[in-house]
Amino acid sequence: MGMNVETVTTAPPKEISPSGMKVIWREIRKDRMAMISLVVLGIVLIAVYSAALFIDKDAVARVDVFSIYMDPSSAYWLGTDYGGRDVFKQLIIGTRNSFSISLGITVLTALIGLSAGLIAGYFGGWTDNIIMRVIDFVITLPQMMFIIVLVTIIPKFTVTTFILIMTLFLWTGKARLIRSKVLSERELDYVHASQTLGTPHWKIILYHILPNVSSLIIVNFTLNLAGNIGLETALTFLGFGLPESTPSLGTLIAYATNPEVLEYRWWIWLPASVMILILMLSINFIGQALKRAGDARQRRG
Amino acid sequence: MWKFILRRVLIMIPQLFILSIIVFAMAKAMPGDALSGKVMDPGISPERIEELRDQMGLNDPMHTQYIRWISNVAQGDFGQSYTHKTKVMNVIEDRVWQTVYLSLFTVIIIYALAIPLGILSGRYNDTWIDKAITGYTYVGFATPTFIFGLIVLFLFGFTLDLFPTGGTVSSKVDEGTFAYFLSKLNHMVLPAFSAALISTVGVVQYLRSEVVDNKLKDYVRTARSKGIPESKVYSRHILRNSFLPIAAFLGYEITGLIGGSIIIETIFSYPGIGQLFVTSISLRDFSVVTALVMLTGFATLLGTLLSDIILSAVDPRIRIE
Repeated sequence: MGMNVETVTTAPPKEISPSGMKVIWREIRKDRMAMISLVVLGIVLIAVYSAALFIDKDAVARVDVFSIYMDPSSAYWLGTDYGGRDVFKQLIIGTRNSFSISLGITVLTALIGLSAGLIAGYFGGWTDNIIMRVIDFVITLPQMMFIIVLVTIIPKFTVTTFILIMTLFLWTGKARLIRSKVLSERELDYVHASQTLGTPHWKIILYHILPNVSSLIIVNFTLNLAGNIGLETALTFLGFGLPESTPSLGTLIAYATNPEVLEYRWWIWLPASVMILILMLSINFIGQALKRAGDARQRRG
Repeated sequence: MWKFILRRVLIMIPQLFILSIIVFAMAKAMPGDALSGKVMDPGISPERIEELRDQMGLNDPMHTQYIRWISNVAQGDFGQSYTHKTKVMNVIEDRVWQTVYLSLFTVIIIYALAIPLGILSGRYNDTWIDKAITGYTYVGFATPTFIFGLIVLFLFGFTLDLFPTGGTVSSKVDEGTFAYFLSKLNHMVLPAFSAALISTVGVVQYLRSEVVDNKLKDYVRTARSKGIPESKVYSRHILRNSFLPIAAFLGYEITGLIGGSIIIETIFSYPGIGQLFVTSISLRDFSVVTALVMLTGFATLLGTLLSDIILSAVDPRIRIE
């Protein structure tokens, strides 16, 4: 019987609205800044990741007392630092590390924030109350101080621990955002219809609600990625980020805490700063275009 | 209203309790204890140290230690600083005012910039001036404070040599004079503007969208049809309605600045609590670190409380939740 009902009700829709990916692509093409950003980001990332393959990581970290603080030359494109290490090669490795690690943090926070947000928003009631109390609390903590303290007191500090510490504090904003969207989504008819049909909760969450909050997730993911690059490099700049064996863009900028380097050897810290600006700006511009694609009222095309 | 405030304050009590437990656990996980803060004879025997530890109650069960610690904290006693050889509270008291002055100055700049920019951008939306302001907010949104601060320090502090590059006041002026005050302001210009130019973009974006939303509303049309001049429609009617939510964010803004002070104060060698925190961590002066984390945590909880109360006073709908 059930099968019969289904065949009767499916009538072909007259106007097919463009699919999600198509809308996103059209929006990025319409927005000149987003298009330029996409190209720039693509070129920078491909160049950095492929160049990093040819760089001997140990050689970059090795101290060479005979070439301390050399000016830029054909051998050292951006000169050398106080340990005689090649700044240009550190820039390549640093960009790769900073981007990969920020991406890792973003993916992990997205997974946790998404699960917490979906569960809190969908089930509501006590579940929601408990999750929201935790989020409200973690959000008000002075996060930077806690991260720095944790980084210092954890005995075996590695890249993985760094990612975990950051995730501990950064999942909350996303969870709150997604929860508020799910709260309004679950009151809509399609969810009630599914519930009446007896669809299990996890299926409703994964197949019905998740696709409807996906544009929010993508936008938030992009903006967070940019933000995390800033946060990671800032922490490394202060000396509480990545361990020394993993150079980051922040490591190069940290050399500028020495006024001598800041004033007279700008080629050590400025390229890394510009690299961070390029990464964050282009990711943000793409994110803004995605945001418009997700909101029909703001679309340009 | 009073019911809301009471409920909101009641929520804060468990938050404070959990905060204190987390900070206590972190303090216990840090190397060293209250003894390392004392000046001691290096030839002291391990047995004597163990005896001292017993006397100070460092071998007591955790909950007794916690209760003793929290009752000391409630009286403002965070123990001894190991590097400054004095009470932790004295060290912090010296520094905290510098951060307060800098934060106040920064907040003033943030709002002094955000209000005209936000209103202009919202009033003339989609014109070139709006596009310029929106462009600025995009770039500011994507620029990390530490990079902007470094570039500002490099350009205006070192290369152009217009402003001092560190400290809070010149050593040449006497305390209490007008020159002293000017020198203090002069030292705050670079750090305050670096922080403000980046932090203001959020307020500008928010104010712009509020103005754009408000200017199509009925009360604005009513005001116009009564013949009120356009400038007054904006300054009296739209601004008031757009500004209320912004004012409410003041509490969050200040707590954000306390967190941001770590970066700004390090870059500009400005001796406030942010810089104190970083140097104390590097010197392993953990009694100061613990005190700073606890006090800043408390301050942020208070700031959020303040913002929530203002928000609920401004917008009664929040109270009914």
